[in-house]
Amino acid sequence: MLGLLLPVMRLIEVPMLAAQRRFGIQKLAWVFLTPNLILFALFAFLPIILNLVYALTGSDQILLRDRPFVGLENFGTLAACENYLDPNSCEKDFFWRAVHNTVVFVILQVGFMVGFSLITALVLNQKIRARGFFRSVFFFPVLLSPVVVALIWKWILQRQGILNAGLEGLGYDSFLWLLDRQWAFGWSVFLSVWAHMGFYTLILLAGLQAIPRDVYEAAVMDAASPFRTFYRITLPLLMPTMLVVMVLALIKGVQTFDEVYAFTGGGPGSATTLIIQYIYETGFAGAPRLFGLASAASIILAVVLVVLTGLQLWATKKNANG
Amino acid sequence: MLKTKLVAATTLTAAILAIAPGAFSSAVGEEIRFMCSSDGNECVAIEEIIKRFEAENPGVDVVMDEVPYKAILESLPVQLAAGTGPDLAKVTDLGGLNKYYLDIKPYVNANYWEESFGETLNWYRSGPDDDGIYGMHSQLTITGPYINQTLFEQAGVAVPAADADWDTWAKAAREVAKATETRFAMAMDRSGHRIAGPAISNGAKLFDEKGEPILVDAGFTGFVEKFVDWHNDGTMARDVWGGSGGTSYQDAAQEFINGELVYYYSGSWQVQRMDTSIGDAFDWKVVGSPCGPAACSGMPGGAGIVGFKATESPETVAKLIDFLAQEQNYADLTAKSLNIPAHAAVAAKGVDYAGASPTAAKALNTWGQQVSTISPVAYAYQGYKNNRAMFNITLQRVSQAIVGEMSVEEAMKRAKDDLKQALAAAAN
Repeated sequence: MLGLLLPVMRLIEVPMLAAQRRFGIQKLAWVFLTPNLILFALFAFLPIILNLVYALTGSDQILLRDRPFVGLENFGTLAACENYLDPNSCEKDFFWRAVHNTVVFVILQVGFMVGFSLITALVLNQKIRARGFFRSVFFFPVLLSPVVVALIWKWILQRQGILNAGLEGLGYDSFLWLLDRQWAFGWSVFLSVWAHMGFYTLILLAGLQAIPRDVYEAAVMDAASPFRTFYRITLPLLMPTMLVVMVLALIKGVQTFDEVYAFTGGGPGSATTLIIQYIYETGFAGAPRLFGLASAASIILAVVLVVLTGLQLWATKKNANG
Repeated sequence: MLKTKLVAATTLTAAILAIAPGAFSSAVGEEIRFMCSSDGNECVAIEEIIKRFEAENPGVDVVMDEVPYKAILESLPVQLAAGTGPDLAKVTDLGGLNKYYLDIKPYVNANYWEESFGETLNWYRSGPDDDGIYGMHSQLTITGPYINQTLFEQAGVAVPAADADWDTWAKAAREVAKATETRFAMAMDRSGHRIAGPAISNGAKLFDEKGEPILVDAGFTGFVEKFVDWHNDGTMARDVWGGSGGTSYQDAAQEFINGELVYYYSGSWQVQRMDTSIGDAFDWKVVGSPCGPAACSGMPGGAGIVGFKATESPETVAKLIDFLAQEQNYADLTAKSLNIPAHAAVAAKGVDYAGASPTAAKALNTWGQQVSTISPVAYAYQGYKNNRAMFNITLQRVSQAIVGEMSVEEAMKRAKDDLKQALAAAAN
């Protein structure tokens, strides 16, 4: 095998050495990085710059040459508000409704996500019957397309859905789950937790399995109660993993769009309109198409995501350093 | 020597590669891309006529891309703005996309077009000073109601007269729903266009004396109040307007087809769907738009076929649209797609809806009669280039009032502000 590899290695070595002689060892790295950097610049950096340019220009035209420079006017329009806690007092009330909804959505979603994922991971870490099957069951929703997830739950919760059929079968009145603002919002949080919980459960399960067994054996020898074992051993040792899970869920939560949009369309009214839907509708579905306003909103969102990503990096670093 | 050969070989290869697409293109001929969307079989019916066009014009290959309606509303304008759209398309935002339209006047017999399509040509123009010819109105539609006649008979409730007002219809629909234990009395498509007809009948002017859009006035607010009250007292199916958010469209056709709805306010484009889906499950019919103090009007509308000026084949595109607009072809299209004709000569001669059932044919005739009841305000609204902004504002604010996010008064105040902002943005 090695005899076969050596000539191949020599074949690669010849141009490599030539390139090294030509550019020098320091510059050689750039030779390899350049193609990737060009692609990154073209598909990531350029759109970011363009987005910024759109945010600083006005009108409903898409070509930059037709868009007058308006400075920070789009940001000013979004920020124009008498009371930030009351969207009705804001010039762009839909934006602030979306911001409010997103904040509450993220708080609830991350809380429930981490809580349920932890409980599920703890259960799946036990020696229970058909453990492999249950691990697959909890992970399965992660594999589904967000639109499929939304349609499944829409069918369950609609007026003549399975849930209402069940309630009527038990002698209760049916309920219009998706026509009530609070319930529609609650179900949107539930749907999102249901769809993504498996992923976070898997991370926490890996974290649980990384905790050395001998610590638990020592706890058993000390006659520690299960609660004390969990509180004093499992939780502190799992905390770095939980922190990563929390930040990841936070970032993902802020970015939520597709499943909730397909589930409720942002309604009833604007009860489940999240920030990404606002950006999409302002830029692409509305009339006139306000690309500048949508770009400004997306930049505000990007700043929030950068902060959250920084938090994640910090948490990961802290975790790595112990 | 080796270097010279290498350079020669590379040059030859590059030349072949450069010539190849041209050679390939001339072998295939002129390709025209047509973006189409339909509620029924309209795209299929158009495609049949296009085959005849291709036979008469060898070398022209028309590729039809059938897309969802949402793509026409949301993707097409962005594609056009970026200069990457199709050569022609079937559109519904008639005046709103005017700046991208190809003026086919230089390529067609303008007199024939003016005589045949008259008023609808204005819907595609940028304003009163524009006399270009841009679109063939392939599908003239009128908004209005369908009723489940079987439920009325079962309930023993008389169908209100042709000049009955909205309150009379609402009362009758409630009585029928109660007597027959039908789930919904009334429903209206979730669309700013759909609610416009009833608002106009209620006295909404939508424009001021100078012709500038105002949207909200006493007539408009009055109907919105009534509409919201009907949602609150259960007369209107809350699932349609109250179940969605944003600008998403929602209809109640399936509820009507399932026999769960007594009175359904939609439009003439649903005839084919009703005919094929309901069959003989129950009797249904089209009734005129209910009256208000100002009119008994629905909204005209529909879709038309337009070419885009970014096309590389303007003459062929114009020729194709002109071919579709010829009387025989237009009559064929109208008959097959069960539409109301916008072509004067075809309308005058009457359409033989050969493939339609007697119920559908009767419904189409009733829709045809409704054309005369359309208010001038409705025509003006349909022809206004920024009407989609007004439709969207209506949709979002009325929905908010229905679900209780704000009062009708607050919603109407917001709608006025939204309109000001939208017009300012569109004017830049």
